[in-house]
Amino acid sequence: MNTKTRSIEAYRRQLVEEAHVFADREIRPFAADFDERGQLSKDLIGKMAERGYLSASFPERYGGLALDPVHYGLFTEVIGKACCNVRTLITVNTSLIGETLLRYGTEEQKNEWLPKIASGEKVGAFALSEPLVGSDAKNVQTAYRREGNKYVLNGKKKWISFGDLADFFIVIAGDRGQVTAFLVERTQGDITSTPIQGMMANRASHIAEIEFKNVEVPAENVLGPVGGGFAYIVSTALDHGRYSIAWAGVAIAQEAVNAMVAYARTRSQFGERLHQHQLIKGMIGDSITQLHAARALCRKAGELRRDRDAEAVIETSIAKYFASKAAMQLATDNVQIHGGNGISNQYPAERLFREAKVLEIIEGTSQLQQQMISDYGLQKYFVKRPNLSEERSGH
Amino acid sequence: MELQAKVRSYIENNLVVFEENVQFSDDDNIFERGFVNSLFAMKLLNYIEQDFGITVDNEDLDIANFSTVNNIVSLIEKKRSGVS
Repeated sequence: MNTKTRSIEAYRRQLVEEAHVFADREIRPFAADFDERGQLSKDLIGKMAERGYLSASFPERYGGLALDPVHYGLFTEVIGKACCNVRTLITVNTSLIGETLLRYGTEEQKNEWLPKIASGEKVGAFALSEPLVGSDAKNVQTAYRREGNKYVLNGKKKWISFGDLADFFIVIAGDRGQVTAFLVERTQGDITSTPIQGMMANRASHIAEIEFKNVEVPAENVLGPVGGGFAYIVSTALDHGRYSIAWAGVAIAQEAVNAMVAYARTRSQFGERLHQHQLIKGMIGDSITQLHAARALCRKAGELRRDRDAEAVIETSIAKYFASKAAMQLATDNVQIHGGNGISNQYPAERLFREAKVLEIIEGTSQLQQQMISDYGLQKYFVKRPNLSEERSGH
Repeated sequence: MELQAKVRSYIENNLVVFEENVQFSDDDNIFERGFVNSLFAMKLLNYIEQDFGITVDNEDLDIANFSTVNNIVSLIEKKRSGVS
């Protein structure tokens, strides 16, 4: 590593450290309140924008901090440890929307939207899921039709994070088997968002159902190629989303470990601290092993993404699958170690437990990840061996 | 390895059909035949850009350009020669 690379590394590490301090001071104390009230503070969004935290991975010319994938992952972890809802804001705006715009946006689209995301002037939402379509994204029901030099959109989206707060959307819509992505401003036509209540988690992520009625979108607002909405836009957005969610898993797993360690060292039962009980030691030992393994997978995925390695996509999927599963397991064990206190909202354990579950569902369920990982392994690890019986018989 | 063989080998390593004797020609549509999964278009694009040092513009992202070995080879040759 040369001097310049070392100094860039040191600068990026410092940015992550500063974000950690910021998160502990400005986010963590309010996380339970956000969850309870079901909304984030606009003041906080402004403070994050001022520091470049809504655009940490964007190039500097778009107002970003130019963090490479590894440091962007570490950044996601420190924000996610403090609050899952604030981390969701970053997952949606920086990873899903920003990174996809960086890859497929025209120069005009990038110049128009990326600085506005970075400055917090515009909040975006990725409108993919629908009442009847989740993982099966190729079959979206939201429809578009071309009329001259514009497109007309009709349909309903559901479970859209930040959908109720968003100033603009990336909308995935279909027309006779073709899927296309559109950049749509809320003010562009008849767009109604309805907040979804009664969520188990991500309660302050402004999750909404959104209806588009004859919304006219100019042709220059098509993102990526017409007909390439699934193959390129959705695939790329979800790949970036999975990377973010993988680190979100590490964040919850780390929080769970911190909480169980603190509780086990202070709480006594049967005249002994909890950590002196062997079964508790076993749970803590397993938890730390899972945490370290999850972080190692995320770091590996980050390094491959940084190097633009062809294996980055599948390693990201593996990291997301493992880290979200680890987060759920550790959040469960953390509740268990906390006993009755673990199921009360007087401790963060119950919130972590609720939030961990979401990670196994969003950006491709664990079952979809298993399928992709399996397909990969069935090809990669198949070793062709000579047919021994044929060899022996001289054929 | 020549370009055609290199592209073919990449596709073979990413097939999601696991019969040992699976065969496809350089003109077979790998998407229509179900030989690759939904992630493959994006993976293939990353592979082409990274391994062949070219940038594929939005106007070249027609899935037809990526659907057969021969089409992929044509796209790479076109981008290499600077023809847009």
